[in-house]
This record gives sequence, structure tokens and C-alpha cells, in this order.
Amino acid sequence: MPTTTRTLMTADLANPQLSWNLARDASEVLEYHFMVNALVAGSIVAVMAGLLGWFMVLRREAFAGHTLSLMAFPGASGAALIGVPATWGYFAFCAAGGVAIGRLSGPGRRSLSEQSALIGCVQALALASGYLFLSLYGGVLGDLENLLFGTVVGISDSQVLVLAAVAVGTLAGLLALGRPLLFASVDADVASARGVPARRVSVLFLVLLGLAVAETSQVTGVLLVFALLLMPAASAQAITARPGLSLLLTVALGLAVVWVGLGVAYFSVYPAGFFITTISFGVYVAVRVVVGVRSRHGAGGMAGRAPLVESPPPQGVIA
Amino acid sequence: MLSQEFMRNALLAGTFIALACGVSGWFVVLRGQVFAGDALSHVAFPAALAAAAAGIDERIGLFAATIAVGAGMGLLGRRSFAGGGGTAGSQPADDTAIGAIFTFILALGVFFLTLFSMSSAGSSGIQAARTLFGSIFGLGAGEARLAAVVGLGAVVGTLAIARPLLFASISPEVAGARGVPTRLLGVGFLALLGVVAAEATQAVGALLLLGLLTAPAAAAHRIAGNPFAGIALAGLLGVGAMWGGLALSYAVPGLPPSSAIVALAVGTYAASTILSVRSTL
Repeated sequence: MPTTTRTLMTADLANPQLSWNLARDASEVLEYHFMVNALVAGSIVAVMAGLLGWFMVLRREAFAGHTLSLMAFPGASGAALIGVPATWGYFAFCAAGGVAIGRLSGPGRRSLSEQSALIGCVQALALASGYLFLSLYGGVLGDLENLLFGTVVGISDSQVLVLAAVAVGTLAGLLALGRPLLFASVDADVASARGVPARRVSVLFLVLLGLAVAETSQVTGVLLVFALLLMPAASAQAITARPGLSLLLTVALGLAVVWVGLGVAYFSVYPAGFFITTISFGVYVAVRVVVGVRSRHGAGGMAGRAPLVESPPPQGVIA
Repeated sequence: MLSQEFMRNALLAGTFIALACGVSGWFVVLRGQVFAGDALSHVAFPAALAAAAAGIDERIGLFAATIAVGAGMGLLGRRSFAGGGGTAGSQPADDTAIGAIFTFILALGVFFLTLFSMSSAGSSGIQAARTLFGSIFGLGAGEARLAAVVGLGAVVGTLAIARPLLFASISPEVAGARGVPTRLLGVGFLALLGVVAAEATQAVGALLLLGLLTAPAAAAHRIAGNPFAGIALAGLLGVGAMWGGLALSYAVPGLPPSSAIVALAVGTYAASTILSVRSTL
């Protein structure tokens, strides 16, 4: 188990002991360069994944997001086959997957049931080509454990720079796309009628989501991308219906989850992805329960307000 | 080809799993629940690990967990799973809740994996769970027979609730008014899907489950207008892709069986899309 040996090694190296003095513990964590890098990388990813994920949750495209995260497998095995760095293959497949899903199952073109079937087909085909690449390559994927569960403690300075550059590019793209994307996500019909190119917006958004997913998985691993992409955004959208506030809350939740998760993981032998996901899921469940109880008792407040999206945009009308 | 025992086992297990996936997949596609099926396939490995940790039989733990998660998703998605997909204005599946739940279960899997790899006794647990998830060419005779029986059971179970489930999927309000227990059917169907997912992931792998659940059923929806013809066609296309893929990977060295089967299944769907677009022009 490479993951475990590495985690154990760092544990031996630092020999961390959680004391009652949290400030001292925090400063101990920050003494290590690899922990500073992990926190910086985690923060970059939390901000970007939160913002992109907020739109993903709003557009109900979690299945597409999950499919994009699995593009890591054909990406990494394809890159191994032709002998380029795995990250290149990953970003290439994620972007291509975003285009494929967006073009095949764009809004207004298909019924909901066929959209989910199409995304399923894209995912099955991507994984099938991953197996084929792996079989043709004939070797063992070296970083499989890192690919699945992420590398939080082994992030180098140059990787942090790459993460930051991709995050800036993705967020710039999101900023440029922001208003028409929000319009098309909340009410696709009215947006199309007002001349918003809903299809192109959808494809562009999925490409950005692909880049965000590829980046998030560098920290959380492919399997646990949703811990930063989906859960903070879903929690925030359940708490408030105001877009600006909910976006801010998403980023704040994401950052808090990453910092606490990494901090706890430092004092433990278990992988950081586990703590980040568990904390994020705990927040999500707590929010759902509180909001559910409030709306049941008719207390008004957060849940009493109109939801951001009252009903999903009707599909197949514009076609 | 048929003189090889592993090939006979693969054909036996593959045929019935493909049939079960095709038949239940027709409803999965109709109800827009592909993501739920995909999530169930992800639950399988953590479930087997958790069962090994608790010291119970991995196979029993696996089935119990996928059935429980399937039924739980049906119960949690209040409005979402009651409604059918396809019609304008219907509620899509609650994909946010599905995504959050299966990601957390995967995180538990990561936890168990770490837990096991640290203790000397645990590595046998990992081994037990790993051997449970084999390739379709690595099935023993007993495993293949079990897969065939479970697959056949899932087909019979789906067909037994097919009529009310169809009614509840296409028009949930009318079906509810006519006394069809739509909620119970939704939960029961997802539990049944859990059985299919548990058997398919351990016998042939999660990849094949998704491909066989989605592509033949989507093609059948494109081609056949009549529901029962569609269900039959989905099963047939699934079995066809399975046989073709197995033969192809036997003939072509280096081509993994799962890749060949999925490629054929998605190929039929692509062909059906092109055909149906032609016929409407």
C-alpha cells in the first residue's frame, strides 16, 4: 500500500501529538513545508471546486461531474500508453469528456431519461477505453493509489503553481460565462428566448467543470472529488436562496472543510481524503436535517423562502 | 472456444447478467436513474471491505449493503424517485443526494482500506474482498451458476412488477390515484437494482454493469415503441453485446472482454440513434 506507507512515514517523521493547545498544534503543522503546500493547494482547490460545483448543483449535473472525474482513468492509462505525463492525459480527457457530454446531451435537445442514459454511455465507454489502454500498455499504473485517493502530503512547489494557474484560468472562464450561465441554469427557456446560446454555454461550462474536476482530484483523489465539488455547494444552496450569499458560503464551507480535514489528517494515520469527505458529508447532513426540521415546523426562516430553482427547467420544449 | 471451461463459465454468467441488466435497465433509463445504478456499483467494494472488517461473509455483506443503499435512496428521494423521467416538467432524480451519499461510502472504503493495510490480520480481509471482484474470464463454475441464478431471479422479479412499475413510471399521479403503491414500487425497484448491482459488480465488474444497464436499454427505447417489446429488445441486445464481446476478446489478444462488450453495447446505441434520426427525416 503506497498510500499507507507514505502516511506512516510522515507520521514517523513528524511524530505528531495532538495537545490541548490548538494554537501550538496549528503552528506545529505550519512548520512543515509539505503541510504548507498541502494547505495552499487545498485552499486553491476548495475555492475553485466550490464555485464550479455551485453551478453543477444548481444545474443538477452531478452525474456529469462524476463521469468527468472518472476520465482520470482513461486519461492516466492513455498517457502511460503514449508516454506523456499522466496529468496531461487527465486534463485532455476531462476537457474532451465535457465537450462530449455537453454536445450529446445539451439542454432542450433530449428528455431527462435519455440525458442520463447518454452520460452513462459516455462513462462506460471512457472506462472501457481506459481498460483497453491499460491492456495495450501492459504495465501497472504507478500512481494508481494516488490517482484514486489523492496526494495531499506530497505536493511540490511546482504542482502548487500549476494548480494555481489552472484555477485562475478556470475561474476567469467562469467569470466570463457567469451571467448567461446563471440565467440559463435558472430558467433555460426564458434564457433561450432572450438570445442566450444555452447549448454553447452548457458545453463551455462542462469543459470548465472537467478542468475543475481534474484539479480537485489532485488533492482529494478521483473517488472523493464530490467532497469539495458537490457537498459544500449543496449545503450552501440548502441554507440560503440568495445566489451571492450562497456562493460565498460555498467557498467558506469548502475552505473550512479542507483546513480542518488536513489538520486532523496530520495528526492521524488515515488519508486526508477520508477526513475531508467525512467532515463535508457531516455538514451536508446536518444542514439537510436542520432545514428539513425547520420547514416541517413551518418556522419560516431559511427554508421558508422560495428555493433558488422552483422547478427544474422543462426539457425538450425548445427543441 | 467453447471447449475452454473459463469461456463456458463466462458465457453462462454473462448471459444471465446481461439479461438482468437489460431488463431492469429498460426501467432504469425510463425513470432516469442511471446515476443511482452507477452509485450502487460504487457501494459494492466498500461494502465488502466493511463486511470483512465486521467479520461477516463478504458476499452477504455486499448484497445487504447494496440492497439497503438502493432502498435508502428510494426512501430519501421523496418526490424525486416517485416521478418518472422523460415527461416535461417531471422531477429529475435527486442526483445531489446520490452523489453525496456514495462519495461518503467511498470515503469509508478508503478508511477500511487504510485500517486493513495497517494490521497484519487485515490484509486477508483485503484479499478476500479483492478476490470477490474478479474478471469475467476468472469465474469458477460455482460462481457462474450463482450469477446465473441471481440474474434470472432479478429478471423474474422485474417482470413481476413490470406492469404497475411502468404505470407508476410514466404517470405517477394517475397511478397513485388508481391505488398503485408508487412509492413502494420505487423503493422495491431500487432494492432489486441493488441485487443486480451486487451480483454484476462482483462477477463481471462495475464497468460492465454500467454499460449493460445503460446502452442496450437506451437503444431499445429508441427502437421499440411498445414497452414490452422494448424490455425484450433491451435484454436481447444486452445478451448479444455480451456474446459478441466475449467472442471478440477471445479472438483478439490484448482486447479486454469488458472493453469489447461495452464497445459493442454502446455501438448498438449509437447505431439506433443514427437509424432513428434517419427515419424521422
